[in-house]
Amino acid sequence: MWNSLRTDAQGAIVAGVTSYRGGDDDLIHAYVARPEGPGPYPGVVLAHHIPGWDELYREMARRLADHGYTVIVPDLYCRDGHGEPDDVAAAARAAGAPFDDMVVADLAAARDWLRAQPTSNGKVGIMGSCSGGRHAVLVASRAHGFDAVVDLWGGGVVMPPEDATPGRPVAPIDYTADLDAPLLGLFGDTDRSPSPEQVDLHEAELRKHGKTYEFHRYADAGHGFFYYHRSAYRADSAMDGWAKIFDFFSRNLGG
Amino acid sequence: MCTNIHESVPAAGAAKGGAGWFPVSVANVGFDHAVGSRFDHALLIDFADPARGPSARVAVELDLETGRALMATLASVIEAAESSGAPV
Repeated sequence: MWNSLRTDAQGAIVAGVTSYRGGDDDLIHAYVARPEGPGPYPGVVLAHHIPGWDELYREMARRLADHGYTVIVPDLYCRDGHGEPDDVAAAARAAGAPFDDMVVADLAAARDWLRAQPTSNGKVGIMGSCSGGRHAVLVASRAHGFDAVVDLWGGGVVMPPEDATPGRPVAPIDYTADLDAPLLGLFGDTDRSPSPEQVDLHEAELRKHGKTYEFHRYADAGHGFFYYHRSAYRADSAMDGWAKIFDFFSRNLGG
Repeated sequence: MCTNIHESVPAAGAAKGGAGWFPVSVANVGFDHAVGSRFDHALLIDFADPARGPSARVAVELDLETGRALMATLASVIEAAESSGAPV
Protein backbone atom coordinates (compact mmCIF):
# COMPACT_ATOMS: atom_id res chain seq x y z
CA MET A 1 0.00 0.00 0.00
CA TRP A 2 1.21 3.49 -0.88
CA ASN A 3 2.90 5.37 1.97
CA SER A 4 2.44 2.48 4.38
CA LEU A 5 6.09 2.53 5.35
CA ARG A 6 7.23 2.87 8.93
CA THR A 7 9.34 5.92 9.62
CA ASP A 8 11.64 3.85 11.85
CA ALA A 9 12.17 1.05 9.27
CA GLN A 10 15.67 0.37 7.96
CA GLY A 11 14.47 -0.52 4.45
CA ALA A 12 16.97 0.09 1.70
CA ILE A 13 17.14 -0.88 -1.93
CA VAL A 14 19.94 -1.53 -4.38
CA ALA A 15 19.52 -0.64 -8.04
CA GLY A 16 21.65 -0.67 -11.14
CA VAL A 17 22.27 -2.04 -14.59
CA THR A 18 23.09 -5.67 -15.25
CA SER A 19 22.77 -8.14 -18.10
CA TYR A 20 21.48 -11.66 -18.57
CA ARG A 21 21.15 -14.20 -21.37
CA GLY A 22 17.91 -13.79 -23.33
CA GLY A 23 16.59 -14.79 -26.75
CA ASP A 24 19.15 -16.24 -29.16
CA ASP A 25 21.47 -16.37 -26.15
CA ASP A 26 22.01 -12.63 -26.61
CA LEU A 27 23.21 -10.61 -23.66
CA ILE A 28 20.24 -8.48 -22.61
CA HIS A 29 20.82 -5.15 -20.94
CA ALA A 30 18.55 -4.73 -17.91
CA TYR A 31 17.84 -2.55 -14.90
CA VAL A 32 17.46 -4.30 -11.57
CA ALA A 33 16.11 -2.89 -8.33
CA ARG A 34 15.87 -5.04 -5.23
CA PRO A 35 15.45 -4.75 -1.49
CA GLU A 36 18.67 -4.97 0.45
CA GLY A 37 18.63 -8.05 2.66
CA PRO A 38 18.47 -11.83 2.58
CA GLY A 39 14.83 -12.10 1.52
CA PRO A 40 12.97 -14.13 0.57
CA TYR A 41 11.48 -11.67 -1.91
CA PRO A 42 9.07 -12.20 -4.80
CA GLY A 43 10.14 -11.03 -8.23
CA VAL A 44 8.57 -8.87 -10.91
CA VAL A 45 9.56 -8.56 -14.55
CA LEU A 46 8.70 -5.10 -15.85
CA ALA A 47 8.03 -4.93 -19.60
CA HIS A 48 8.68 -1.37 -20.73
CA HIS A 49 6.41 0.64 -23.00
CA ILE A 50 6.80 1.88 -26.59
CA PRO A 51 8.63 5.08 -25.53
CA GLY A 52 11.40 2.78 -24.39
CA TRP A 53 13.54 1.62 -21.50
CA ASP A 54 13.28 4.96 -19.81
CA GLU A 55 13.46 6.85 -16.55
CA LEU A 56 9.80 6.18 -15.81
CA TYR A 57 10.38 2.44 -15.83
CA ARG A 58 13.42 2.75 -13.60
CA GLU A 59 11.28 4.66 -11.15
CA MET A 60 8.57 2.02 -11.31
CA ALA A 61 11.21 -0.63 -10.60
CA ARG A 62 12.44 1.24 -7.55
CA ARG A 63 8.89 1.78 -6.30
CA LEU A 64 8.20 -1.95 -6.44
CA ALA A 65 11.56 -2.70 -4.82
CA ASP A 66 10.67 -0.31 -2.01
CA HIS A 67 7.63 -2.49 -1.46
CA GLY A 68 9.63 -5.69 -1.21
CA TYR A 69 9.98 -6.98 -4.77
CA THR A 70 13.08 -7.81 -6.75
CA VAL A 71 12.48 -6.21 -10.12
CA ILE A 72 14.15 -6.62 -13.50
CA VAL A 73 13.43 -4.34 -16.45
CA PRO A 74 14.85 -5.91 -19.61
CA ASP A 75 15.88 -3.43 -22.28
CA LEU A 76 13.85 -4.90 -25.13
CA TYR A 77 15.41 -2.40 -27.54
CA CYS A 78 19.05 -3.10 -26.63
CA ARG A 79 19.66 -4.88 -29.93
CA ASP A 80 18.86 -1.57 -31.67
CA GLY A 81 21.78 0.23 -30.03
CA HIS A 82 22.26 2.61 -27.15
CA GLY A 83 21.66 6.31 -26.63
CA GLU A 84 18.99 8.41 -24.96
CA PRO A 85 15.78 6.40 -24.50
CA ASP A 86 13.76 8.31 -27.10
CA ASP A 87 16.50 7.91 -29.70
CA VAL A 88 16.72 4.18 -29.10
CA ALA A 89 12.93 3.89 -29.18
CA ALA A 90 12.93 5.71 -32.52
CA ALA A 91 15.53 3.30 -33.89
CA ALA A 92 13.45 0.34 -32.73
CA ARG A 93 10.32 1.85 -34.25
CA ALA A 94 12.09 2.33 -37.58
CA ALA A 95 13.31 -1.26 -37.50
CA GLY A 96 9.85 -2.62 -36.71
CA ALA A 97 11.29 -4.05 -33.51
CA PRO A 98 10.92 -5.81 -31.24
CA PHE A 99 9.48 -9.01 -32.70
CA ASP A 100 7.10 -10.97 -30.52
CA ASP A 101 9.15 -14.18 -30.54
CA MET A 102 12.23 -12.36 -29.27
CA VAL A 103 10.22 -10.48 -26.62
CA VAL A 104 8.79 -13.74 -25.31
CA ALA A 105 12.27 -15.26 -25.12
CA ASP A 106 13.77 -12.21 -23.41
CA LEU A 107 10.99 -11.86 -20.83
CA ALA A 108 10.84 -15.58 -20.06
CA ALA A 109 14.59 -15.55 -19.51
CA ALA A 110 14.17 -12.56 -17.18
CA ARG A 111 11.62 -14.58 -15.19
CA ASP A 112 14.12 -17.42 -14.86
CA TRP A 113 16.86 -14.97 -13.86
CA LEU A 114 14.67 -13.70 -11.02
CA ARG A 115 13.83 -17.20 -9.83
CA ALA A 116 17.52 -18.10 -9.77
CA GLN A 117 18.37 -15.29 -7.36
CA PRO A 118 19.30 -16.56 -3.90
CA THR A 119 16.83 -14.11 -2.36
CA SER A 120 13.87 -15.33 -4.45
CA ASN A 121 10.77 -16.74 -2.79
CA GLY A 122 10.08 -18.67 -6.00
CA LYS A 123 7.25 -16.40 -7.16
CA VAL A 124 7.54 -14.14 -10.20
CA GLY A 125 4.99 -11.78 -11.73
CA ILE A 126 5.10 -9.63 -14.82
CA MET A 127 3.75 -6.16 -15.43
CA GLY A 128 3.84 -3.70 -18.30
CA SER A 129 2.04 -0.72 -19.73
CA CYS A 130 1.14 0.17 -23.30
CA SER A 131 3.07 -2.27 -25.53
CA GLY A 132 4.47 -3.69 -22.30
CA GLY A 133 0.97 -4.66 -21.19
CA ARG A 134 0.53 -6.53 -24.44
CA HIS A 135 3.93 -8.17 -23.99
CA ALA A 136 3.07 -9.18 -20.42
CA VAL A 137 -0.09 -10.95 -21.56
CA LEU A 138 1.74 -12.47 -24.52
CA VAL A 139 4.64 -13.97 -22.60
CA ALA A 140 2.49 -15.23 -19.74
CA SER A 141 0.33 -17.04 -22.30
CA ARG A 142 3.14 -18.43 -24.44
CA ALA A 143 5.97 -19.12 -22.00
CA HIS A 144 4.03 -20.11 -18.88
CA GLY A 145 5.45 -20.18 -15.38
CA PHE A 146 4.47 -16.70 -14.19
CA ASP A 147 2.51 -16.38 -10.97
CA ALA A 148 0.73 -13.07 -11.73
CA VAL A 149 0.25 -10.80 -14.72
CA VAL A 150 -0.59 -7.08 -14.74
CA ASP A 151 -1.71 -5.54 -18.02
CA LEU A 152 -1.81 -1.75 -17.90
CA TRP A 153 -3.80 -0.57 -20.93
CA GLY A 154 -1.96 -2.90 -23.28
CA GLY A 155 -2.81 -2.00 -26.86
CA GLY A 156 -2.98 -4.74 -29.47
CA VAL A 157 -3.98 -7.61 -27.17
CA VAL A 158 -7.05 -7.63 -29.37
CA MET A 159 -5.73 -7.09 -32.86
CA PRO A 160 -7.65 -7.05 -36.14
CA PRO A 161 -6.05 -9.32 -38.77
CA GLU A 162 -5.00 -6.34 -40.90
CA ASP A 163 -2.79 -5.11 -38.04
CA ALA A 164 -0.71 -8.30 -38.04
CA THR A 165 2.91 -7.90 -39.13
CA PRO A 166 5.79 -10.36 -39.51
CA GLY A 167 6.99 -9.31 -36.08
CA ARG A 168 3.55 -9.40 -34.48
CA PRO A 169 1.76 -12.16 -36.37
CA VAL A 170 -0.73 -13.31 -33.71
CA ALA A 171 -2.97 -11.34 -31.35
CA PRO A 172 -2.27 -12.26 -27.71
CA ILE A 173 -6.00 -12.80 -27.14
CA ASP A 174 -5.67 -15.84 -29.41
CA TYR A 175 -3.44 -17.47 -26.78
CA THR A 176 -5.94 -16.97 -23.95
CA ALA A 177 -6.55 -20.70 -23.50
CA ASP A 178 -2.85 -21.08 -22.61
CA LEU A 179 -2.70 -18.31 -20.00
CA ASP A 180 -1.78 -19.98 -16.71
CA ALA A 181 -1.53 -17.06 -14.28
CA PRO A 182 -4.08 -14.71 -12.70
CA LEU A 183 -4.42 -11.46 -14.64
CA LEU A 184 -5.06 -7.93 -13.41
CA GLY A 185 -6.04 -5.41 -16.09
CA LEU A 186 -6.36 -1.64 -15.64
CA PHE A 187 -7.89 0.38 -18.46
CA GLY A 188 -9.10 3.88 -19.24
CA ASP A 189 -12.54 4.25 -20.77
CA THR A 190 -11.44 6.98 -23.20
CA ASP A 191 -8.54 4.92 -24.58
CA ARG A 192 -8.77 3.87 -28.24
CA SER A 193 -6.16 1.10 -28.02
CA PRO A 194 -7.37 -0.79 -26.18
CA SER A 195 -10.87 0.57 -26.69
CA PRO A 196 -13.57 -0.36 -24.18
CA GLU A 197 -14.98 -2.70 -26.83
CA GLN A 198 -11.62 -4.47 -27.15
CA VAL A 199 -11.41 -4.79 -23.37
CA ASP A 200 -14.90 -6.33 -23.47
CA LEU A 201 -13.72 -8.86 -26.07
CA HIS A 202 -10.67 -9.76 -24.00
CA GLU A 203 -12.78 -10.15 -20.88
CA ALA A 204 -15.26 -12.39 -22.73
CA GLU A 205 -12.42 -14.60 -23.93
CA LEU A 206 -10.97 -14.90 -20.43
CA ARG A 207 -14.39 -15.82 -19.07
CA LYS A 208 -14.94 -18.34 -21.87
CA HIS A 209 -11.76 -20.16 -20.91
CA GLY A 210 -12.42 -19.95 -17.17
CA LYS A 211 -9.37 -17.81 -16.43
CA THR A 212 -8.76 -15.98 -13.17
CA TYR A 213 -8.78 -12.27 -13.89
CA GLU A 214 -9.91 -8.91 -12.61
CA PHE A 215 -10.39 -5.92 -14.85
CA HIS A 216 -10.86 -2.38 -13.57
CA ARG A 217 -11.89 0.49 -15.79
CA TYR A 218 -11.54 4.18 -15.05
CA ALA A 219 -14.14 6.52 -16.53
CA ASP A 220 -11.97 9.64 -16.37
CA ALA A 221 -8.89 8.05 -17.87
CA GLY A 222 -7.40 7.27 -21.23
CA HIS A 223 -4.11 5.69 -22.25
CA GLY A 224 -1.21 6.08 -19.86
CA PHE A 225 -3.04 7.53 -16.89
CA PHE A 226 -0.15 6.63 -14.51
CA TYR A 227 2.27 8.89 -16.44
CA TYR A 228 2.65 11.91 -14.20
CA HIS A 229 4.87 13.63 -16.77
CA ARG A 230 2.14 13.59 -19.44
CA SER A 231 -1.23 15.30 -19.72
CA ALA A 232 -2.83 11.83 -19.62
CA TYR A 233 -2.12 11.65 -15.88
CA ARG A 234 -5.16 11.11 -13.68
CA ALA A 235 -4.04 11.26 -10.06
CA ASP A 236 -7.00 9.58 -8.37
CA SER A 237 -7.20 6.75 -10.90
CA ALA A 238 -3.44 6.25 -10.89
CA MET A 239 -3.27 5.98 -7.11
CA ASP A 240 -6.22 3.58 -7.06
CA GLY A 241 -4.50 1.57 -9.78
CA TRP A 242 -1.25 1.34 -7.84
CA ALA A 243 -3.19 0.17 -4.77
CA LYS A 244 -4.78 -2.56 -6.86
CA ILE A 245 -1.38 -3.62 -8.21
CA PHE A 246 0.16 -3.89 -4.74
CA ASP A 247 -2.86 -5.82 -3.48
CA PHE A 248 -2.82 -8.16 -6.48
CA PHE A 249 0.90 -8.87 -6.25
CA SER A 250 0.70 -9.34 -2.49
CA ARG A 251 -2.05 -11.93 -2.88
CA ASN A 252 -0.38 -13.81 -5.72
CA LEU A 253 3.33 -13.38 -5.11
CA GLY A 254 3.60 -12.76 -1.40
CA GLY A 255 5.70 -9.87 -0.23
CA MET B 1 -2.92 4.24 -27.51
CA CYS B 2 -0.15 2.40 -29.35
CA THR B 3 -0.74 3.05 -33.03
CA ASN B 4 2.29 1.35 -34.57
CA ILE B 5 1.83 3.66 -37.58
CA HIS B 6 5.22 4.05 -39.18
CA GLU B 7 6.81 4.32 -42.62
CA SER B 8 10.35 4.95 -43.81
CA VAL B 9 11.72 6.51 -46.97
CA PRO B 10 15.36 6.63 -48.18
CA ALA B 11 16.75 10.14 -47.97
CA ALA B 12 19.72 12.01 -49.41
CA GLY B 13 20.93 15.05 -47.53
CA ALA B 14 22.25 16.08 -44.16
CA ALA B 15 20.83 17.11 -40.81
CA LYS B 16 22.28 19.11 -37.96
CA GLY B 17 21.94 17.60 -34.49
CA GLY B 18 23.59 18.18 -31.15
CA ALA B 19 26.90 16.88 -32.48
CA GLY B 20 26.80 18.93 -35.69
CA TRP B 21 26.02 17.95 -39.24
CA PHE B 22 25.77 14.33 -40.33
CA PRO B 23 24.62 12.64 -43.55
CA VAL B 24 20.98 11.56 -43.64
CA SER B 25 20.16 8.20 -45.20
CA VAL B 26 16.54 7.73 -44.16
CA ALA B 27 13.49 9.72 -43.16
CA ASN B 28 11.17 7.95 -40.72
CA VAL B 29 7.59 9.14 -40.42
CA GLY B 30 5.19 7.86 -37.81
CA PHE B 31 2.19 8.77 -35.75
CA ASP B 32 2.42 7.47 -32.21
CA HIS B 33 3.12 8.48 -28.62
CA ALA B 34 4.70 11.90 -28.36
CA VAL B 35 7.78 12.28 -26.19
CA GLY B 36 8.93 15.87 -26.41
CA SER B 37 5.72 17.74 -27.25
CA ARG B 38 2.54 18.31 -25.29
CA PHE B 39 0.48 16.09 -27.60
CA ASP B 40 -0.72 12.61 -26.65
CA HIS B 41 0.20 11.47 -30.16
CA ALA B 42 2.07 13.33 -32.86
CA LEU B 43 3.55 13.05 -36.30
CA LEU B 44 7.02 11.76 -35.52
CA ILE B 45 9.50 12.73 -38.19
CA ASP B 46 13.11 11.65 -37.88
CA PHE B 47 15.94 12.39 -40.27
CA ALA B 48 18.48 9.73 -39.42
CA ASP B 49 21.57 7.77 -40.29
CA PRO B 50 21.10 4.36 -38.61
CA ALA B 51 24.68 3.40 -39.46
CA ARG B 52 25.85 6.01 -36.94
CA GLY B 53 23.63 4.66 -34.13
CA PRO B 54 20.32 5.71 -32.55
CA SER B 55 21.54 9.18 -31.58
CA ALA B 56 22.20 10.18 -35.19
CA ARG B 57 18.77 11.62 -35.78
CA VAL B 58 17.06 14.96 -35.92
CA ALA B 59 13.55 14.54 -34.59
CA VAL B 60 10.45 16.70 -34.72
CA GLU B 61 6.98 16.09 -33.35
CA LEU B 62 4.12 17.90 -35.09
CA ASP B 63 0.37 17.98 -34.92
CA LEU B 64 -1.58 16.89 -37.99
CA GLU B 65 -2.49 20.44 -39.00
CA THR B 66 1.17 21.40 -39.05
CA GLY B 67 1.95 18.26 -41.02
CA ARG B 68 -0.60 19.15 -43.68
CA ALA B 69 0.67 22.72 -43.90
CA LEU B 70 4.23 21.41 -44.17
CA MET B 71 3.24 19.07 -47.02
CA ALA B 72 1.65 21.96 -48.93
CA THR B 73 4.66 24.18 -48.31
CA LEU B 74 7.09 21.48 -49.41
CA ALA B 75 5.08 20.95 -52.59
CA SER B 76 5.07 24.69 -53.28
CA VAL B 77 8.79 25.09 -52.67
CA ILE B 78 9.66 22.01 -54.73
CA GLU B 79 7.60 23.35 -57.61
CA ALA B 80 9.36 26.71 -57.38
CA ALA B 81 12.74 24.98 -57.15
CA GLU B 82 12.10 22.98 -60.29
CA SER B 83 10.92 26.07 -62.11
CA SER B 84 14.02 28.00 -61.10
CA GLY B 85 16.34 25.70 -62.99
CA ALA B 86 18.85 25.83 -60.17
CA PRO B 87 20.62 22.44 -59.80
CA VAL B 88 20.45 20.39 -56.60
